[in-house]
Amino acid sequence: MSYRYDIRLSGSGGQGLILMGIILAEAIGIYDGKYVAQTQSYGPEARGGSSKAEVVVSDAEIDYPKALKLDLLLAMNQKSCDDYYMDLKPDGILIVDSTFIKQLPTPRAYQIPFTRIAREKLKREMVANIIALGAISKLAPIVSSRAIEAAVLARVPKGTEKLNRDALKAGMTAAQKVKKISFPNTPAGFEDEDT
Amino acid sequence: MKKKVQKRELLLQGNEAVVEGALKAGCNFFAGYPITPATEISEILSVRLPQLDGTFIQMEDEIASIGAVIGASLAGAKAMTATSGPGFSLMQENIGFAVIAEVPCVIVNAMRGGPSTGLPTMPSQSDVMQARWGTHGDHPIIALCPSTIRECYDLTIKAFNYSEKFRVPVLLLVDEVVAHMREKITIYEDEDVEIFNRVKPTVPPEWYIPFEDTPKGVPAMANFGDGYRYHVTGLTHDIRGFPTSRPDEIDPFIRRLFRKVSQNFADIQIGEFYQTDDADITIIAYGCVARSARRAAADGRERGLKVGVLKMNTIWPFMRASVEKVLRTSKVVIVPEMNMGQISREVKRVNKGDAKVFTINKVDGKIITPQEILSRIKEVY
Amino acid sequence: MAEITRLIHEYLRHDKKFPHVWCPGCGIGIMLGALIRAIDKTGYSKDDIVLVSGIGCTGRLPVYVDFNTLHTTHGRALTFATGIKLAKPRLKVIVIMGDGDAVAIGGNHFIHAARRNIDLTAIIVNNNVYGMTGGQYSPTTPYGMKSTTTIYSNVEHAFNISELAVTAGAVFVGRGTVYHAKLLDSLMEKAFAKVGFSVVEIISHCHTQFGRLNRMGTAVEMMQWQRDHSVTVEKAAQMKAEELKDKFKIGVLVDRELPAYQDEYEKVRKWAKGTEKR
Repeated sequence: MSYRYDIRLSGSGGQGLILMGIILAEAIGIYDGKYVAQTQSYGPEARGGSSKAEVVVSDAEIDYPKALKLDLLLAMNQKSCDDYYMDLKPDGILIVDSTFIKQLPTPRAYQIPFTRIAREKLKREMVANIIALGAISKLAPIVSSRAIEAAVLARVPKGTEKLNRDALKAGMTAAQKVKKISFPNTPAGFEDEDT
Repeated sequence: MKKKVQKRELLLQGNEAVVEGALKAGCNFFAGYPITPATEISEILSVRLPQLDGTFIQMEDEIASIGAVIGASLAGAKAMTATSGPGFSLMQENIGFAVIAEVPCVIVNAMRGGPSTGLPTMPSQSDVMQARWGTHGDHPIIALCPSTIRECYDLTIKAFNYSEKFRVPVLLLVDEVVAHMREKITIYEDEDVEIFNRVKPTVPPEWYIPFEDTPKGVPAMANFGDGYRYHVTGLTHDIRGFPTSRPDEIDPFIRRLFRKVSQNFADIQIGEFYQTDDADITIIAYGCVARSARRAAADGRERGLKVGVLKMNTIWPFMRASVEKVLRTSKVVIVPEMNMGQISREVKRVNKGDAKVFTINKVDGKIITPQEILSRIKEVY
Repeated sequence: MAEITRLIHEYLRHDKKFPHVWCPGCGIGIMLGALIRAIDKTGYSKDDIVLVSGIGCTGRLPVYVDFNTLHTTHGRALTFATGIKLAKPRLKVIVIMGDGDAVAIGGNHFIHAARRNIDLTAIIVNNNVYGMTGGQYSPTTPYGMKSTTTIYSNVEHAFNISELAVTAGAVFVGRGTVYHAKLLDSLMEKAFAKVGFSVVEIISHCHTQFGRLNRMGTAVEMMQWQRDHSVTVEKAAQMKAEELKDKFKIGVLVDRELPAYQDEYEKVRKWAKGTEKR
C-alpha cells in the first residue's frame, strides 16, 4: 500500500506561501524523486486576505490532489492556525510563525519566529518563507535539506542566491534549537540523511 | 549505440503543461485577453512564441482574440486562444464561425465559477453545456477535459490534432483546480508523438473544391496565400464556398459537418475505466473530480464496497457507448459534478434503467472531496 | 472599354455569383470599381491579396472578387485580418466595412487596430445607415435625421470616422465620396502603398433606405449632395470656419510615418531569441 503525506502551508497573501508550496513540491518531486501534487487557494488580493498552498506526497500516482488529513501544517498567522489546526492528524506536525501566533492550540507545536528572524537577522522580511522551508527540512521527515536548497536556488531571482541560502541556514539552525518534542511515527523511507 | 534520451523532468502547472503541449503540437500563433485563471497561458506564450518565430498578441478583448486565431489559422498557422467563463461567452459567435467555415483552432477554457463574473479564482465545471451549445445553431463540437498535468499536455496535443484532422474548433475545458495544480511531468523531447497537420489540396487551383463532400467528410484545406483563391464565409455555403439558399445544398452541408465528427467517435472519445468490471457502484467523473472519484473508489474498496470509476477525458461528443456499458453492469451510477447537473443529464438520458443514477452537485467553489462521494454512496447503496 | 473588360475578367468572379445583391444605384459598385483599379495599379498578385469583410451590404463584396476572400462576422473583420496579417505578413490584407460594421459593433477593434498600427487597409463605406437590415440608424446617422428606428428624429450625435481614425493613430487617412470616383482610385492606391494602418472613408448613399426616409431623392440626387457638400483638403485650408459649416473634407487627411506592428514584433522575436539586445 502506498503512503500519502499531506502538507498545508497557510497564512496571509504576500507571505510567499504559494512560492513555498512550489519550491517544496519541486524539492520533493524533482530533486527527491517522489510523486507530488501541489495546489493552492487564494483570494483576489495580491496582498492580505488568506492564502494557502498544499503539497501531497506519495510513492505512487496521486489521485485526490488536495490535502486530506494533515501530516504537516505550517501556520504563518493566527487565523490560519486556528482555522486549520483541526485538520491535523493526531501525530501531525504543527509549525508556527511565533512572530504572529501567540495562542497555540496545542503545546505540541514547533514555534519559530520566522518573520522576526527574517527582519532582524537577514534584514529582509520577505525571506520568512525561505526560513520556514529551511525549518521544515529539519523538522518534517519529508524533504531532504539538499533537495530544498537545490529547489530554492533554482526558483529565486538571480543575485539573491546568498540571501536565500542564508535564510535556509537560519531556518535550519532555528529548527535544530526547537526540536525538543519527538514525533515517533516517522514513515519508513523518510529519514533525513542530514540529521 | 544507444540514442541518448532527451528528457525534461518538470514540476508544471496545468496551464504550463497546456503551453508545453501546444508547442509540441506546433502551435505558432496565440491571441488572447487576460483573464483569471487562464492568464498564465498568455504570459508564458508571450515569452516562448517569439523565441520560436511564432506570434503572440494580446488583443483588445476575447472576441478579437478568437477572430485573430481564426484569421491566423486560415493563413496556415496552428492557432490557439485561452480564456475563462466570461471570455468564453464572448467568443461563442466566432466559435460558430470556425465550425461553419471549418477552420482548425484550439480554445482553452479554464473553468471558474459563474454565472457572470462569478468566482474568478475558484473552480467549477459549469461550462460543460455552454461548451456543447454555446454558439447558436445546430453543430457538433469536440471538447476535451484533463484531470492531471500529464493529460493537460497530452490532450492539448490531441486538441490540435483533432482540429487539424477534422477542420473544427476544439475546446479544452480545464477546471481551475487542474489549471493551477502542479505535478511532476516527464517530457521526452524525441518522443514519438503523433502530430497531425491539415491535409492540403493536391489538385491544381482550378480543380480545387474547398468544401467538397469527401467520404471522410473533411475537405482538403488550402491556406490563404498558397495560390488557391477561394471564398470563406459564415453564411451557409455550397461546396465552392459561395453562399447558398438551396435546400439541396444546405442539408448535405450541415449533415457533413456532423458526419465528420460522428463517424470518428472511436478516435475522439477518450476515457478510462478503473475497476468497473466487477463494480456494483460506478462513479462517472471528469476533470479534477475524477481524481476525487479515484480516491473514493479506493477507499470504498478498502471498506468492501465494489466501486469503480469511469473517467471521461472527452466531454463532447458524449461518450455514450462507454457510459452505456457501465450503466448495464453497475447497480448504481454516481455522477459527481461541480455544477447543478450537466453531464448527469446526459447519463440519465442514455440510461435504459439497468442502473440507478444519482448525482452529487457542488456549487460552492470547492472541489468535491472523496469523503463526499463516499457518503453519497453510503446514502444510496 | 477594353480596359474595363480586362479588369472584369481579371478580377471578378464574373461567371459565378452575379447578379450581385446591391440595389441599382448603390455606391458600393463605384467603390468596387475603384478598388479593383487601385489593386491592379499596385501590381500585387491576386494570390497575395486577402479581402476581408464583416456583415452588411459591404460584407457581401468579397464574394464577387477573385482573391483570397473572407466574409466574417459582424464588426469582427479587423480581428480576422489581424490574424491573417500576423500569420503571413507577405499578404496584402484589405478590409471592407460599413459604418455600422466599423464603428458601432466593431468600434473597439477599429480604434485598437489603428493604435496598434497593424499593416492593414480599412475601407469603410459610410452611408449613414444600416442598409441591409432595413434602414436603422447607425453611429454616423446625423443628428436630426430619420431612420426606421429614429422615426421621430435621431437625437444622437454622429461619429466622424476619419477623425476617429486620425486620433486613434492610423498612419494614413483619406476620405472620398462615390461621386468623386477618380479621387477614390488615388486614395486607395496611396493607402495600399502605405505600410501600417491605413483608412479610406468613402461617403456613399443609401437611397433605398436613408434617402427615402429623409426625402433626399434618387441615387443621382444624393450623389449631387455629396458633390455640393464636399471640399478638398487643399481648398478647405483657404476657407473660413463658417464657410465649412455644412461641408466635409475630402482628400488625404493624414499621412505620417510610424513603424508598423509586424515590424515592431519582429524586434520582439529578435529580443526573445537573444540575437539582438533591447
